[in-house]
Amino acid sequence: MKQEYETVIGLEVHVELATRTKIFCGCSTRFGAEPNTQTCPVCTGMPGSLPVLNKQVVEFAVAAGLAANCKIRNVCKFDRKNYFYPDNPQNYQISQLYLPICYDGWVEIQTESGTKKVRIHEMHMEEDAGKLIHDEWEDCSLVDYNRSGVPLIEIVSEPDMRNAEEVIAYLEKLRMMMQYLGVSDCKLQEGSMRADVNLSVRKAGSSELGTRTEMKNLNSFKAIARAIEGEKERQIELLEAGKPVIQETRRWDDNKESSRAMRSKEDAKDYRYFPDPDLPPVLVSEEWIAQIKSRQPQLREEKAAYFQEEYGLSSYDAGILTESKHLADLFEETAVLSRQPKKAANWFMGELLRLRKEEGMEPEEIQFTPGHLSDLILMQERGEINNQTAKDVFKKIFKEDLDPIPYIEEHHLKIVKDSQMISGIVEEVLKQNPDSVEQYRNGKEKVMGFFVGQVMKKTKGKADPAEVSKCLKEKLAEF
Amino acid sequence: MVKIDDETMDYIGILAKLSLNEEEKKQAQKDMQKMLDYVEKLNELDTTKEEPVTHLFPMENVFREDVVTNENQRDEMLANAPGQKEGQYQVPKIVE
Amino acid sequence: MDFRELTALELGKKIKNREISAREAVKYTLEQIEKKEKSCHAFLHVMEKYAYAQARKVEEGQKEGRFQGPLAGVPIAVKDNICIKGVPATCASRMLENFVPTYTAEAVRRLEEAGMIPIGKTNMDEFAMGSTTETSAFGPTYNPWNKNHVPGGSSGGSCAAVASGEVLCALGSDTGGSIRQPSGHCGVTGLKPTYGSVSRYGLIAYGSSLDQIGPIGKNVEDCTAILEILAGKDEKDATSMERKEETYADFDGEGICGMKIGIPKEYLMEGIAEGVKSEFMEAVRVLTEQGAIVEFFSLGLVDYTIPAYYIIASAEASSNLERFDGVKYGFRSSGYEGLHEMYKKTRSEGFGAEVKRRIMLGSFVLSSGYYDAYYLKALRVKGMIQKSFQKAFQKYDVLLAPAAPDTAPAIGTSLEDPLKMYLGDIYTVAVNLAGLPGISVPCGLDEKGLPVGIQFIGDCFQEKQMLRAARAYEKARGDFLLPYEQDREGE
Repeated sequence: MKQEYETVIGLEVHVELATRTKIFCGCSTRFGAEPNTQTCPVCTGMPGSLPVLNKQVVEFAVAAGLAANCKIRNVCKFDRKNYFYPDNPQNYQISQLYLPICYDGWVEIQTESGTKKVRIHEMHMEEDAGKLIHDEWEDCSLVDYNRSGVPLIEIVSEPDMRNAEEVIAYLEKLRMMMQYLGVSDCKLQEGSMRADVNLSVRKAGSSELGTRTEMKNLNSFKAIARAIEGEKERQIELLEAGKPVIQETRRWDDNKESSRAMRSKEDAKDYRYFPDPDLPPVLVSEEWIAQIKSRQPQLREEKAAYFQEEYGLSSYDAGILTESKHLADLFEETAVLSRQPKKAANWFMGELLRLRKEEGMEPEEIQFTPGHLSDLILMQERGEINNQTAKDVFKKIFKEDLDPIPYIEEHHLKIVKDSQMISGIVEEVLKQNPDSVEQYRNGKEKVMGFFVGQVMKKTKGKADPAEVSKCLKEKLAEF
Repeated sequence: MVKIDDETMDYIGILAKLSLNEEEKKQAQKDMQKMLDYVEKLNELDTTKEEPVTHLFPMENVFREDVVTNENQRDEMLANAPGQKEGQYQVPKIVE
Repeated sequence: MDFRELTALELGKKIKNREISAREAVKYTLEQIEKKEKSCHAFLHVMEKYAYAQARKVEEGQKEGRFQGPLAGVPIAVKDNICIKGVPATCASRMLENFVPTYTAEAVRRLEEAGMIPIGKTNMDEFAMGSTTETSAFGPTYNPWNKNHVPGGSSGGSCAAVASGEVLCALGSDTGGSIRQPSGHCGVTGLKPTYGSVSRYGLIAYGSSLDQIGPIGKNVEDCTAILEILAGKDEKDATSMERKEETYADFDGEGICGMKIGIPKEYLMEGIAEGVKSEFMEAVRVLTEQGAIVEFFSLGLVDYTIPAYYIIASAEASSNLERFDGVKYGFRSSGYEGLHEMYKKTRSEGFGAEVKRRIMLGSFVLSSGYYDAYYLKALRVKGMIQKSFQKAFQKYDVLLAPAAPDTAPAIGTSLEDPLKMYLGDIYTVAVNLAGLPGISVPCGLDEKGLPVGIQFIGDCFQEKQMLRAARAYEKARGDFLLPYEQDREGE
């Protein structure tokens, strides 16, 4: 019979910080620029160039550390991690090994089985590497250093997770935290959040850790979940067969749903870390920490509570609306501008979620001007447009950030309240349908509905129904 | 006393990305052994109470503000590259 | 007009007074280089066009009232590990034979801002690793005092260029004595400022925690005037420091009467050549005569400075030189298969033996299992050495030492035994480890007719005191004529 095994997982999460410039030079960090157009002597490792630390990186790192209940080191240092690879222009990465800026923290995660603390071993600042392009040419690879020197924080957890669900919850937790802090946009698809999974298995009940492997190249939450399953199975199979697990780094191939060892006899995995003599120690005073603390924005939990309290949202709605900082910001701005938080919430919880699902969009991809939605809500509130119009226009706001006021004006979508115009159309309808008028006079009041329908048809639904009824009754009485 | 053997020399070759022929390797091994024997002298000193000094003078924080100051200087810099293609640095094909 | 007998400041004055134009100064300097290079080989690259363009800029600026500093229009040679935009910077290595920086070192930018004119890039030991300028991939520089001898190193080209009269002043860099030792060997004056005084931006790094750029000239005053231009905080170099002195020149009036000068007695006990020792003691006599209180004292730890230095410098060098891999600039080997072979072939063919030796040593002392025993140990010893100097400066205003244990060795006699060559750095490396300023001033000739240098060492950021002592000594010593100044008729 197969023995029971327990999986032990720790994560190394890299988060790209949302600074305007790189960690050690004044190059832009904008995503998607032409290759190497955002590089300089510093981030391409030209000889004689020197790094100078971006202050914002320290503030973001401290903010992240505080949010994850970390201790902040008053004096921290940068170290060089030496290894040869073309995406690493100096052939050393500036990172923090000996004295990372934040350490000893924890975050709380929620899963089906309840809440749990995951301990954070440390968070440190470092520079990102460039990008290698392998696929385009047969005979060579190409290097783009635009990403080289983009600031990262690496968040190292303790091996406190036991399954994929906890891992995903932890990552979601970090992602929310970073987004709400404004520290990172944490887009997995753009690589601004990346996770390496350290995993080992051990017999249930054992307190000793098994040999772990490190899994890289995990580009989505789904891939992470699959990789965890796959690696767990692989290690258990090895152990069951009486073979040892080898401590190594493995690369996950999500298409094949399998991993392979990344090993080369040319790589010694001996990084020869030593303090970088080009960068003086970073001093983070208690005053500075207090300052950063006082500027900390609301995190998700606080935001959700605030939405309930301030805007009277249900806990369910508040939960959904704060699932993404971006969505929460859009909602809050719409609510404030329109002063109709409930109506705004209805749009977000109804049409917006429906359309987002239909389009398969990430929350961050939703881009519209909250003022536009606010205008729409207000028009609807004033009874200037009917529900169908509002729905149609909302779709356009959602998809193309349409400005509703000129659009509704130009397309004559407003409800017509003009009684003169309505009375003209009513007269026209009555004249064209003498038989029905006759029926009405004979007491068949149901034809009223038919008349209303005809008027609405002629006004393309824009006539104010109350006005139409009133006018019909008057005219029929006169007839 | 550390003994520098062939294996160590090969290992250093991997770390430092240097390949030496047999004769060079022998010479390098000899030089390094001599140097390491010499620096062994430091062990005469009791340094247990000393902090390693990475930076000589106490300094204040040195920071850069988060403002973009660099413009595109790609072509100028790429002009130094031994191999380039389509605005990128060209290296031998890498299989990951 | 022959203005080789001028100092840089005197030439600057003549330019300011319109007796000589900046372009004439350039033209004259280029002629001197043309005449001397064959026998000296101080330069790797002469910047004729660049220099004329800069001279024109200075002349035009002067008409508008700009470039009023004392050295405006004066040509200066620049060591080839210091970058100037658009001018090759080879570090005397095959590895960078075709490298053209796209940026100018802050030190050179400051010189140009003051109207000085970079005239050429000087020869050096490859990547500044060596004490003789023989490790240059482009052939050695010859000592102007005797062509069979080396000029010292690693700033041998800069020092020889001044000693031969090709230029009146030059920039060098000093990691373990690379300005002071060749200055001593060439009979010129060379100043290594306190670590952090001069920006390292654009200096191709050897040992980042030790490297400093500094001036080389014919006397203390010229070096001081150039230091005035160079020193100051640079936001591009996080290790550069705010300047503490508004001016370093403080020569008038105040002599050195009552100044307390200490000599580490260990420096004169063994391994020092007789000719050096006697000239050094003569200098001590001169200083005493001027009223200085000169004492011998025990500095301590002297035997540990070279081991600590070579561990730290090699470790940093091994990392600093990793970037030379054939990907982004410089040399790339041919006929490789795959990435790692490209790295290995490129680096093995691109670097010379001494550079490889230090890279290997550095990689080893940082490697897993040895880091604590070698690198951290050396950093702890560095702290002890710093403290021993701090203690000395509680008692003394300035310290005194020879620049080197012997005068310049004959060409071809040093590289055979690297360790022996390293031992020659005994009087200079401690100053780098402790970050102190030092200046080497010529004090005489040995029995071979080769110059001997004496080194004044100041407390950190106390250049002023050190320069005052050096200047007072220089004045009391009297003229020290360079070979071309002694023998102008012979040309």
